[in-house]
Amino acid sequence: MTLNSKIPQGPLKDKWTDYKNKINLVNPANKRHIDVIVVGTGLAGGSASATLAELGYNVKTFCYQDSPRRAHSIAAQGGINAAKNYQGDGDSTYRLFYDTVKGGDYRSREANVYRLAEVSANIIDQCVAQGVPFARDYGGLLDNRSFGGVLVSRTFYAKGQTGQQLLLGAYSAMNRQIARGKIEMFNRHEMLDLVVVDGKARGIIARNLVTGEIERHAAHAVVIASGGYGNVYFLSTNAMGSNATAAWKVHKKGAYFANPCFTQIHPTCIPRSGDYQSKLTLMSESLRNDGRIWVPKSLEDAKAIRDRSKKPTELTEDQRDYFLERRYPAFGNLVPRDVASRAAKERCDAGFGVNATGEAVFLDFAASFERYGQEQAKIHNLVNPTNEKIIELGQKIVEAKYGNLFQMYEKIIDENPYETPMMIYPAVHYTMGGIWVDYNLMTTIPGCYAIGEANFSDHGANRLGASALMQGLADGYFVLPYTIGDYLADDIRTGKISSETPEFDEAEKSVKDRIDFFINNKGTHSVDYYHKKLGKIMWDKCGMSRNEKELKEAIEEISALRKDFWQNVSVPGSDKQFNEELAKAGRVADFLELGELFAKDALEREESAGGHFREEHQTAEGEAQRRPEFQYVSAWEYKGEPKEALLHKEVLEYENIEVKERSYK
Amino acid sequence: MNLTLKIWRQKDARSKGQMVDYKVTEISEHMSFLEMMDVLNEQLINKGEEPVSFDHDCREGICGSCSMFINGEAHGPDRRVTTCQLHMRMFHDGETITIEPWRATAFPVIKDLIVDRSAFDRIQHAGGYISVNTSGNTQDANAIPISKQAADTAMDAATCIGCGACVASCKNSSAMLFVGAKVSQYALLPQGQVEAATRVKNMVAQMDLEGFGNCTNTGACEVECPKGISLDVIARMNRELMKASV
Repeated sequence: MTLNSKIPQGPLKDKWTDYKNKINLVNPANKRHIDVIVVGTGLAGGSASATLAELGYNVKTFCYQDSPRRAHSIAAQGGINAAKNYQGDGDSTYRLFYDTVKGGDYRSREANVYRLAEVSANIIDQCVAQGVPFARDYGGLLDNRSFGGVLVSRTFYAKGQTGQQLLLGAYSAMNRQIARGKIEMFNRHEMLDLVVVDGKARGIIARNLVTGEIERHAAHAVVIASGGYGNVYFLSTNAMGSNATAAWKVHKKGAYFANPCFTQIHPTCIPRSGDYQSKLTLMSESLRNDGRIWVPKSLEDAKAIRDRSKKPTELTEDQRDYFLERRYPAFGNLVPRDVASRAAKERCDAGFGVNATGEAVFLDFAASFERYGQEQAKIHNLVNPTNEKIIELGQKIVEAKYGNLFQMYEKIIDENPYETPMMIYPAVHYTMGGIWVDYNLMTTIPGCYAIGEANFSDHGANRLGASALMQGLADGYFVLPYTIGDYLADDIRTGKISSETPEFDEAEKSVKDRIDFFINNKGTHSVDYYHKKLGKIMWDKCGMSRNEKELKEAIEEISALRKDFWQNVSVPGSDKQFNEELAKAGRVADFLELGELFAKDALEREESAGGHFREEHQTAEGEAQRRPEFQYVSAWEYKGEPKEALLHKEVLEYENIEVKERSYK
Repeated sequence: MNLTLKIWRQKDARSKGQMVDYKVTEISEHMSFLEMMDVLNEQLINKGEEPVSFDHDCREGICGSCSMFINGEAHGPDRRVTTCQLHMRMFHDGETITIEPWRATAFPVIKDLIVDRSAFDRIQHAGGYISVNTSGNTQDANAIPISKQAADTAMDAATCIGCGACVASCKNSSAMLFVGAKVSQYALLPQGQVEAATRVKNMVAQMDLEGFGNCTNTGACEVECPKGISLDVIARMNRELMKASV
């Protein structure tokens, strides 16, 4: 099968409008007879469910949490981008498009990204109408902040809880439709397989996580909005339950999986403290607006700080190395995430790390306290204020901006970040790769769609800050509801889809067989034992920097670990009850396959691009070196074992943007 | 440190539950409370026993899943944190820690420390939204200026994570802090005015139907709320309800 991205013809800026004008629509009376399944209730799944229901489709929505409001979009902190140009600082649809393609290191699809930039402004209008309390200035208008990798202020925010507020907005839109009976909500349910009938996605097999019951659900189309696969690393900033099972099952049923090696390692996370660590905590990138990142200039000072014989505040300015400002004077501390993360790793690998594990750098707000304090002193007409007064005034401003993050840091690390610089280290955060989709957001299985982080489409090899929320809501509110109509227009005479067919029998049987295996296997190791081992291989050999030798080792090691898992995993309890270990076992089984494909993809991509850094391909200064012969999307077809996956290439063409070296210097 | 844990174990909604004692050793003070529970569960699994079930997901204090009643307090002894953000440095070596699920008629136990909080969802279905279609054809976001103070106060109310600590802490199992937070968010914003009267009436009616108790102004909910939602939201909800009813 050849890949057809179905990008509409015509000039870039007209593609989406022309396309919408020409697609097939489903009349309101017919929508009542069409069922759509949505898996996941984050920003993408929640907004899609609400909008599809408003349009008149019968929606069945599934989430593994006890309420749709708890999907992990809720944890996004910093903000959402939109090309509103409210600040009059030169922003435009084109500039947001340009920044996103460049930020993604020229590995995303032009037409999709332009459409994203185009609908971004509407998202803000929509959310305000829903009652999302975005931050405002004293004139009552919306406030903006800057994020990494761009030169304008286009990020809208609600304190440090933007994801929460946007998700609760989508949840409220869902609630309205649940109350109308247009969405049937299945909380504490997990999708365990996709059912394909005559080549089309026609339903899913789900497990009720409370009773253990296996259920069949039929529909005319299935939308996967189950998020990313960052938990393949065990430790990530994802939620404990975040998993790739829905995406992986769809892949095994015929959907190609694109660019799995494009993973984002976020620079501003709280460093790990011990082996018992269950997850990593991110602090918003917006902190880099006001914090300066540094390590000591000398190895002796670094050692002294590590063994706590010296305090960071004792080091004078010229004893500090503000390495991002030094290497990237134009963007400084606001370089994109991949660049900032790698620079921190480089310093720590060279021995300049500042905590006991040697894996941490400082994020220092002292300069901001002073700058804001002086500004405030002027505003309040204070004559000759003392230094203490200035710092106090400045700290208040910083507290108003990031108070919840400072509090979070203090609770975890037990140090007051107003008094001593924060320590940060990169952690796995987001996966740009995902299920391959065409311009319609349809996978290679007709009738099966993938939206939000679950698909691969908009962020290329690196995602810019505040763009995930934008993409999730764009897909769910404004893109999918149009494109899915074009497909469903052919289904108006199909009638109800039956779940009593051999295809459903077969899918249900394979789900049950797998569960029976886990329950009956008298193994010796817990599910977490395997998950942690997989995570260690992934972090050590498929982490922030990769090379051929280690990737080959990773493939062998993961393959061996998977074999061990299927012999020796132990799952307590029964399948007829709430059993978290059983749910985890299925998820880890899928991660054990995905991880190997990930390594294979990283091995095949012999270039450095965005979050994918191959040591063999770097410039003399240690920057990522892209190679024009790899200007394509790697879309993998399932062929049994991950190592047998078949590569299909979607060549990326740039007609509206010049592909050049991605420089932030 | 070494600890004794007294944990509520209950097989399912129909079974009778009981407190069971466990011992954990070599717990680091830097662990989070849930990481300490992970250690216990790993221990139980390795012995072939069933681990203790509890709700948890984001483990950074925002999803609202975790819900443990620790030593008689919702989310334990620390303030302004959820259970997942509670750290073991709040406890001392040799301590006995009692861990129970949220206790309220409207929150039946599903298993061990997991309760069913779907009553909260149903209250939101009754009116926790502004009726606007997601067509994208709304007016420009800056068309209605909203004072910074109103926006900030609405945000303070909207910060509720729906964990249910307020209900668990209240001697009457009242959900008024939760409902008041949602009512307040919309009542403070111009967008929420159109449906203000029906919203508060419907949400309060559903709250009563679910079996939550009334507020007697004790204020335990405000003390235990991990997000610091103020008792003011209850006053505002009562005012809105009064306005809607006369």
